[in-house]
Amino acid sequence: MTATTGQSASAAARASDVWKVYGSGEAQVIALRGVSAEFERGRFTAIMGPSGSGKSTLMHCLAGLDSVTRGTVAIGETTVTGLGDAGLTKLRRDKVGFIFQQFNLLPTLTAKENILLPLSIAGRKPDPAWFDVVIDTVGLRDRLGHRPAQLSGGQQQRVACARALVARPEVIFADEPTGNLDSRSGAEVLNFLRDSVRQHGQTIVMVTHDPTAAAYADRVVFLADGQIVSELIEPTADTVLDTMKKLDTPAEVAG
Amino acid sequence: MFRATVKSLLARKVRLILSGLAVVLGVMFVSGAFVLTDTLGRSFDSLFADAYAEVDVNVAAKPKLELGELEGEQLATPFPASTVETVRAVDGVAEATGVVAADGARLIGSNGKVVTSFGPPQLGGNWTGESDLVRLREGRAPQADDEIVINKGLADAGRVALGDRVGVLTLQPRKDFTIVGIFGYSGDRDSLGGANEVMFTTPVAQQLMLGESDVFSNVVATAADGVSDEQLRDAVAAAVGDGYVVKTGEQLSADAAAGLKEGLSFFNRILLGFAAVALLVGTFLILNTFSIIVAQRTRELALLRAVGASGKQIIGSVVLEAIAVGLIASVFGLAAGIGIGALLAYLFGNLAGGLALAGVGVPASAVIGAFGVGLVITVLAALLPALRAARIPPIAAMQDVATPDRPLTKVTVGGALVTAIGATLLFLGLGGHAGDSTLATILGGVLFTFIGVALLTPLISRPVVAALGTVFSGWVPGKLGRLNSGRNPRRTAITAAALMVGIALVTGITVILDSAKSSISGLAQDSISAELVIAGAQSGPRPPTFDPAVLDEAKAIPGVRLVDGEYGDMALVGGERTWVGASSEPSALVEMFGLTATAGDIGRLGPGQMLISSDAAESRGLSVGSTVPVQLARGDERSYTVTGIYQSTPLFGGVTLPAEAARDFAIPQPIQGYIQLESGVRAADVLPRVEALLTDSPEVSVADRDAFIEQQAGQLDGLLQMIQILLALAIVIAVLGIVNTLALSVLERTRELGLLRAIGLRRSQTMGMITVEAVVISVFGALLGVVVGAGLGAAVVEALRDEGITRLVLPWGQMGVFLGLAAIIGVIAAALPAIRAARINVLGAIAHD
Repeated sequence: MTATTGQSASAAARASDVWKVYGSGEAQVIALRGVSAEFERGRFTAIMGPSGSGKSTLMHCLAGLDSVTRGTVAIGETTVTGLGDAGLTKLRRDKVGFIFQQFNLLPTLTAKENILLPLSIAGRKPDPAWFDVVIDTVGLRDRLGHRPAQLSGGQQQRVACARALVARPEVIFADEPTGNLDSRSGAEVLNFLRDSVRQHGQTIVMVTHDPTAAAYADRVVFLADGQIVSELIEPTADTVLDTMKKLDTPAEVAG
Repeated sequence: MFRATVKSLLARKVRLILSGLAVVLGVMFVSGAFVLTDTLGRSFDSLFADAYAEVDVNVAAKPKLELGELEGEQLATPFPASTVETVRAVDGVAEATGVVAADGARLIGSNGKVVTSFGPPQLGGNWTGESDLVRLREGRAPQADDEIVINKGLADAGRVALGDRVGVLTLQPRKDFTIVGIFGYSGDRDSLGGANEVMFTTPVAQQLMLGESDVFSNVVATAADGVSDEQLRDAVAAAVGDGYVVKTGEQLSADAAAGLKEGLSFFNRILLGFAAVALLVGTFLILNTFSIIVAQRTRELALLRAVGASGKQIIGSVVLEAIAVGLIASVFGLAAGIGIGALLAYLFGNLAGGLALAGVGVPASAVIGAFGVGLVITVLAALLPALRAARIPPIAAMQDVATPDRPLTKVTVGGALVTAIGATLLFLGLGGHAGDSTLATILGGVLFTFIGVALLTPLISRPVVAALGTVFSGWVPGKLGRLNSGRNPRRTAITAAALMVGIALVTGITVILDSAKSSISGLAQDSISAELVIAGAQSGPRPPTFDPAVLDEAKAIPGVRLVDGEYGDMALVGGERTWVGASSEPSALVEMFGLTATAGDIGRLGPGQMLISSDAAESRGLSVGSTVPVQLARGDERSYTVTGIYQSTPLFGGVTLPAEAARDFAIPQPIQGYIQLESGVRAADVLPRVEALLTDSPEVSVADRDAFIEQQAGQLDGLLQMIQILLALAIVIAVLGIVNTLALSVLERTRELGLLRAIGLRRSQTMGMITVEAVVISVFGALLGVVVGAGLGAAVVEALRDEGITRLVLPWGQMGVFLGLAAIIGVIAAALPAIRAARINVLGAIAHD
């Protein structure tokens, strides 16, 4: 099944018939089986699925962190598939932002330095007005001089979000960004991600297994056994949970 | 528990190999030193056993002067030929041969230069025919006065052949001879342990080597059947009386070997000294590796604690790991040491002109030393990390590991204390308050200072590393690298301290030698006024000499005002062993060294008269008119009268006798010549004419004053270079340390590196980051080393002020070079870890737990 948003020139990221196979022979594991999906610009998409469904693999392939076995991946105008290390590095630096579940920041740098790190690596100057907007949105102005060890988990994750946003990448990939946070901090981060999509037109693709988190997205794509099996537009926690429950049975049959 | 230890050991092979390598190098030095001395010692034993195989009993005259200062440098003492008859007449003597054998026959090779042996004697003697030991390879025995036979080794070294006409320097200036025979030794040897031998006819040998006719230096007797060597020795001793020393061949061989072995034990101590340096540096390295490993294993160790392991078991586990590393490293070190020892022995044997090696021996001391040192060092170094590991609470297994930086107060106070102890020891040792144990006190002081500074390093590292890093702050990877190097002050400190030790030692020694060099040059500049100096570089125990006739010939050159020839030897002056000089022209001496009289007349020296420095006069209680008995190397004791006392200067002092006395010196030829020119005459104009006079004295050359001073001071350069090369090893070990620390840090920061790569850090930037970290650490270490070394060197120079080292020279250029070198070392050390970091799989790194 293919995600139904249709072929659109405004896709920020696109996967076409992507296969990902690990190992060979008896140890062979097929993580993705011909996944095709588009992630529209200016939308917040969640990828959901049970453990082992391939949702993280899909995100890694989209972001150019992992190579695909077959098929192509594109970010904006750039075809990711086939890029060498230099090309991938450039892609990550200029077009992609990341938010990981944990260990998102360099312990040696202050919050502000962490936020500006991708720009300084690329040798770019931050847009001061945008920087201020981002800092105010994440509410970290009084914490900018602190090191990660002096920040709470929620604050650290907000710094990571700010870092991803400040470079205005084509797309931000978030891998379980609230996985390590308590529900209140998690809600803050998710609100903040949603606002950045609504108010500033940022594109975000988030992998999560938490239906509450997925409910913040504009659209949820469900993966099971390496394939896209369903999707929801304007989800709520309940509709997501229902869909997940339905997925459990066929996934076990397929397994 | 044991299983868990073994498994964790196997899992970290590479890091342990790196730290083990430091132990291997140290152990290699220790065991190599023992293997070398053992192998060479036994080779010498067998060499001398061979050399004296045919000597049952040897008779020599008691020396006039017990020299014994330099091994094997016993001056041959002539005795009348009639003694040979006396020995022959002794009951039980089958055969007695009069032998002339004395050091100091120097053959001039085909290139016009004297063939040197670099240590072993250059014997001149009488040809007593072939024997089981000595065989003519070509030619025949010498018959005429201008015929000689020489050993094959000497012929090869001098590139001369049968029938060649060659010059030989002896007690007399150059004489020319025809080579009529070339001989070798049993076992197809070209020389015995590198000794050169020139054999004359007996009368010529007596004249040239002993300085008199009808005298011998030894009688070699063989025993008749049924007479033991010892019986014969006692019988001969009774017959020749008190003035002679009679020994069996076995005693002689043992004595000769013992002398050389003493020299070897000195060599052994030097090697052990370098082993100690290598091991000290290695200790830092091991300490660091185990600390990092323990830090990385915090969770694992906490889990072990959580499932019931006791603190003791944790310590045991870490120590067990250390024992395993120490054992394995010791085995490799011992093997490498045996190899190195054998290789050095082989090289030494070749250098010594074919010393037949007695097979490589591995003495028990090498094995005990290797394992003792290897194990003890490793376990000691691992003890601190082990104690730290035992303090990890079980709860750490459950928490995210964020070991907070422990405060540096304790380590800083400890460091200050240890540094203070080191400084005190240095003060005591250098100030001469430690008596007999001065050297041990100084070495202890240096060691404590190093450890103290190493302990203080974490505190210093923060500001210094930050300052060093500012160089790179304009560049993002550079800034990240700098921050990383400041991240764990202890780790950075220990790594840098390892480099510090080597660089501090090199710097310190350079400071001392440069200061000595400059002080000597300065003194010489101030106090030598001779425009031209005749001198040569000493390459063996004998100083180079020249023909005394040159002195008179030089005086005849137009423009030359004064010429003085200086002789020198050890003598008994008033029963005390003293270095005495003899001067052909005291007035020249006075002028050229700027001597001033404090009593009597120092401008003249007649027969039986002596000049003495004010210091020496005071210590001996002498004044003008006192008479002193003087026993020279040759001749009988005679009295000299003090006729002049001069003010001592740092360059000139002691006792000066008239040139006539030099005839009884062991080396009756001048060692140095000083030439002063008339005013207005240019040294460069006279120099070639003096040079022309020296063609038959190839051991010396003439130089103007500056060149001479440069030459003399330059003799220290060779020493300096040798020390630097050996200490380079300590630096190599320190480089291993940096590689190790970086590799471990890269491993530790895998996720961080993955994150950086994920947000766009290029591979080259990643490598740049690691390289900057390494460069900052190594430059920091070099900086510490240069500062500590300059401090230690300056302290020693200060202590030697009374010895005439009055100038402190800090080798800025060289210190700069060390810092530059450290930067290069950093780049080299970073290469592998940087490549590894750049190759990190981004996805794997992020998923890394």
